[in-house]
Amino acid sequence: MDRIPILKLEDVLLVSIQVDMHDQLALTLQDDLTQKIVTTRARAVLIDISALEMVDSFMGRMLGNIASMSRILDAQTVVVGMRPAVAITLVELGLSLPGIRTALNVDAGLAVMREVLARRDEPANGE
Amino acid sequence: MASDLETFPVRNGEDVVRARQIVRSRAMEVGFSLVEQTKIVTAASELARNTVIYGGGGEMHVERVYGGPKRNGLRLTFEDKGPGIADIDLALRDGFTTGNGLGLGLNGARKLSHEFDIWSKPGEGTRVTITRWK
Repeated sequence: MDRIPILKLEDVLLVSIQVDMHDQLALTLQDDLTQKIVTTRARAVLIDISALEMVDSFMGRMLGNIASMSRILDAQTVVVGMRPAVAITLVELGLSLPGIRTALNVDAGLAVMREVLARRDEPANGE
Repeated sequence: MASDLETFPVRNGEDVVRARQIVRSRAMEVGFSLVEQTKIVTAASELARNTVIYGGGGEMHVERVYGGPKRNGLRLTFEDKGPGIADIDLALRDGFTTGNGLGLGLNGARKLSHEFDIWSKPGEGTRVTITRWK
């Protein structure tokens, strides 16, 4: 498998990483997602990593890059489903994923996303 | 059951994935908890990637070690004949990188291990050994 599928659900791009990714696959996903944000005009990206048995510094950086790139393209990213053992290891590794919004599962992630998007759409008060 | 010393090639991105899978299965055989498995697999992933990117490819040695009647562990050695590391202290600092990574790999692997040993000589190569005890 040399590509991770990206699904579009209304204005959300949904990615579920189900394979042990080699680095090139992670880079391809990063490129594909940024392209797809633009072509679909998605406003949010939800990345499910519940199947990932480990996240090392390379994957951590890839997730951070996706979050930053989507922000620049006016889309919000939420990473969901991180396994507890992965979270413990990441912190011990010295990687706390700053700037990445997370949620426990896809449902919670979608709720977070709706909230963020709603807040952003509120007209500025008192101007 | 793992034999006492096994050697695997670490030449490309797919070998890095394979290295993770091998380390995972050996860590399970040693009886590591899920968190312990995840830590040593993550350390292996960092070191295997370094072997490919900075060392130009090399080998991983996997060894089950016995530190006492009830003390089992796993020792991993990553070896390459690449350009070597000029300043090991600097390379071990968080945030230092000559590539385009985060510079967390080498020191991250050290943090995730109980024992860490590095040998490197410019022009000859690099050898990193980590041990994690159950």
